[in-house]
Amino acid sequence: MSDLLPTTSIGTHQVRLDGPDKVRGRAPYAYEHPLDDPLYLYPLQAEIARGRAAHIDTSAAEAADGVVHVLTHTNAPDLEDTEDGELAILRSAEIGFRGQYLGAVIATTPEQARYAAGLVDIGYEQEEHDVELREDHPASREPESGSGDVFAGDFDAAFAEAAVSIDERYSTPMEHNNPMEPHTTVARWDGSELTLWTSTQGAHPARSTLAPILGLDPDRIRIISPHVGGGFGSKGVPHADMMLAALAAIAAPGRPVKYAVSRQQMFSITGYRAPTLQHIRLGARADGTLTAFAYDAVSLSSQTKEFPEEATKPGRMMYAGDNRRLTQRVVPLDVPVPSWMRAPGEAPGMVGLEIAMDELAVAAGLDPIELRVRNEPETDPDTGLPFNRRRLVDCLREGAKRFGWEERNPQPRTRRENGWLIGMGVAASTYPAGRQPGSVARIRRMPAGYEVAIGAADLGTGTWTALSQVAADALDVPIGQVELRIGDTALPNATVAGGSTGLVSWSAAVFAATEAFRAEHGTDPAVGAEAQGEAEANPAAEKFALHSFGAHFAEVRIHPATGEIRLGRMFGMFSAGRIVNPSTARSQFIGGMTMGVGMALHEKGELDPRFGHVVNHDLAEYHVPVNADIARIEAEWLDEEDPHAGPLGARGIGEIGIVGAAAAIANAAFNATGVRIRDLPIFGDAFLPT
Amino acid sequence: MRPFDYERATDTAGAVATLTERPDAVFLAGGTNLVDHLKLGVAEPRLVVDINRLDLTEIDELDDEGLRIGAMVRNSDAAADPRIRRRYPMLSRALLSGASGQLRNAATMGGNLLQRTRCVYFQDTSTPCNKREPDSGCSAIGGYTRYHAILGASPECVATHPSDMAVALAALDATVVVLGAAGERRIPVAELHRLPGDHPEQDTVLDHGDLITALELPPPRPGRSTYRKIRDRASYAFALVSVAATVDVDTSGPTPVIREAAIALGGIAHKPWRARAAEAVLRGAEPNEETFLAAADAELEAAEPLEGNRFKVPMTRGAIATVLSELTGTDEPETTTEDTHE
Repeated sequence: MSDLLPTTSIGTHQVRLDGPDKVRGRAPYAYEHPLDDPLYLYPLQAEIARGRAAHIDTSAAEAADGVVHVLTHTNAPDLEDTEDGELAILRSAEIGFRGQYLGAVIATTPEQARYAAGLVDIGYEQEEHDVELREDHPASREPESGSGDVFAGDFDAAFAEAAVSIDERYSTPMEHNNPMEPHTTVARWDGSELTLWTSTQGAHPARSTLAPILGLDPDRIRIISPHVGGGFGSKGVPHADMMLAALAAIAAPGRPVKYAVSRQQMFSITGYRAPTLQHIRLGARADGTLTAFAYDAVSLSSQTKEFPEEATKPGRMMYAGDNRRLTQRVVPLDVPVPSWMRAPGEAPGMVGLEIAMDELAVAAGLDPIELRVRNEPETDPDTGLPFNRRRLVDCLREGAKRFGWEERNPQPRTRRENGWLIGMGVAASTYPAGRQPGSVARIRRMPAGYEVAIGAADLGTGTWTALSQVAADALDVPIGQVELRIGDTALPNATVAGGSTGLVSWSAAVFAATEAFRAEHGTDPAVGAEAQGEAEANPAAEKFALHSFGAHFAEVRIHPATGEIRLGRMFGMFSAGRIVNPSTARSQFIGGMTMGVGMALHEKGELDPRFGHVVNHDLAEYHVPVNADIARIEAEWLDEEDPHAGPLGARGIGEIGIVGAAAAIANAAFNATGVRIRDLPIFGDAFLPT
Repeated sequence: MRPFDYERATDTAGAVATLTERPDAVFLAGGTNLVDHLKLGVAEPRLVVDINRLDLTEIDELDDEGLRIGAMVRNSDAAADPRIRRRYPMLSRALLSGASGQLRNAATMGGNLLQRTRCVYFQDTSTPCNKREPDSGCSAIGGYTRYHAILGASPECVATHPSDMAVALAALDATVVVLGAAGERRIPVAELHRLPGDHPEQDTVLDHGDLITALELPPPRPGRSTYRKIRDRASYAFALVSVAATVDVDTSGPTPVIREAAIALGGIAHKPWRARAAEAVLRGAEPNEETFLAAADAELEAAEPLEGNRFKVPMTRGAIATVLSELTGTDEPETTTEDTHE
């Protein structure tokens, strides 16, 4: 355990330092960096889900006004490494999913590029495709990159003997991240160095991924990404769009090539949350204590590249119970490549598990909060390690008090107002408290303070502000004396802003750099004095199971005649260690919860099995919550510091807001109507007579 | 997007003449739908005639207390007009339940009527669609049909008309004033849009070159009216089902009797669906739950839902009954409906 950092700036409401530039339009996003003489790219995409682009005739496109180059697999620049099926694009005529890149038109204006792309004549040899996930799919298998199955005790015997049990199936659909800023890359190749102005959650990790594929020394790639308009995981790793822009730049050297992915293209190119099917069996004693716990999940994956959406992940550590069985399978199909979407694994996993716990509470005749209290494990059931400080029960109890849980009638369909049925629901939340080693910060004494440089990312989450607060306290200066520099591979290495690890990992580097700087230069350093330090892994991770916890409370109303379901209010109570900036933290929490509302009530990629693509591929048809859907949503947190989180005492908060949120809403819908929803999203249809 | 020529029309007759000569030309009004179609390749005109400078932006009194609304009046201006709010609150509510504030600022009254279906297959040039490309097939049948028709569809097309405003206008017996090559004519809004039949590519009875210059609203009817929209989120979503209704109840006798009722439905057909069968059941009947459900059932008897939209039958039934109950009850209709704006 290291000593907690004394704080002056940390913990205070600090307005966003980048706010004034953003509202004035002076904070450049990827597309907006002023560059001379740019070219524009429009992609060619497969219109079949499996087969070959047997011929591609580009002659009409090449002859069109303004067209500089048409890129296809026949003339694409060589790649050094083609292992990654998602990123090794334009290698052959083979088509693995509908929407796959087959090439790109590069022209002087975006309109010319788009028009000419329509002139490319592509002849297909179509093969039968399979895009439908089902539990008994013959291609179902253990993921190559999964966490492994769990078998402990004798589940079958314990389940058979259980006094109370539930045995149900749950599902979550295909969901799409859709950050406000679509994925964008401006790429320039000057013959020896590739520069990418792009929108990424990690400039250095993106470079490390691209360099070996392109066969370039990492020093010859520079990635610049000072501002990112949301990522939600979809910008956590480079997707094919970044590679397409890079190849286009190499094919058209000397001029920047700009590619802003369209909203429609995002549904097949930039990752999505794979749908999951979850079979959950819970057995308990009459008092509700779990004796048998089985969670068998299957998720969709892609033939092009595996990504396991491990719904079973939170089930490994969430509740007590000796006889356990957790299995995770994937079914690789002819679909676009799934990827990270806010709390991959935990978000869908806590849908099934937390609805199942609500069902068990009903079966056992217990309050759902009490049921969870009775199933608190003493140590982590997965690793056997003690928890850092597991405060789920505090979140549930304190949250219940602040939300007004005692007003809930456990009998469904008993509260009616103005013709609407009203119900309340609760669900737990959890997310691992990860911290990544390897980030490096460089501190330099300036005439009026310190420059702190690290290649970190700000996705709109508040890194510019919160990391400045951390640096100010580390250096023991007012925040105005910190000049932060982030978002560029020309700065020292930083790990990805993902998995709720960003701020805590970069802060560890800032602390290491501060220590090195003081050791080298003392407390009165000369201008220009410089030192850097590297973050190490959190030593506590070997001795403790490190997690954050939370509790969601939701009130919904449902119109019995029309089926309409609306969120009345929602409250989240979280335990996440020290909160660095209450303003930006609150945005993170309620942003996650709002995304949970989308998961519960709106979001569903409609994959048409006949064509193999998501047909509601724009924001008019793919719904996310709008302001009118979020009447009242509030988040609060326990006032605490995590003694195992290093000097910062904080845990990451990027994902915990979404985990469990959808289940709380589904449970509230049950309380309102008596209709148990096990498949998301919850549309009004569910409450109407068939 | 295919390149096109652009002209700005300076007078209505000239605009009509230009389009009549050019089968490959289109009018551009608010552009909220057409510009999307240009980008998506759904529309590929060679000439775009911008009618935004035409002098069609007034709302005028008619002699009989009706109103004449210029075709280029913006949706947001019409919704906020005090005369429309007072005399035709149903229309104001329908307008405000459509799209978003930004879109309503751009969208025009004429253009709103002529917007095209949001069927996902119509908007995606990589999938067959009889409306976009005659005889290519209907991808919606057997596909994603949540927003599709349950009444009046054909084996060629199951698309719905997306407008909220048009539903209210159909219930209000509004008329469109159309200038064509042969001069001016008037068409009831309820007869402007077609059912798909064998020609789903034809949304309306208008000829190429016809220009809607105004909408005319008859004098307001007695009774209470509202517009209720059922949708998947609280704002900025197309209707799954919507109901525009006016009901006039005679309370002079020992039991109340419905004197007159006008109902139009949205989100369930290729056109704003005037529910004449339901109206016939209501006329002369006692306003109660039984009557309302009987009226809904009379209209829905002909419903032919698809695999993906069976829920719309009970949803429409519930919506009609709820609206009628609110309009004939003692409560103000606003108190039990949500989503009163946007």
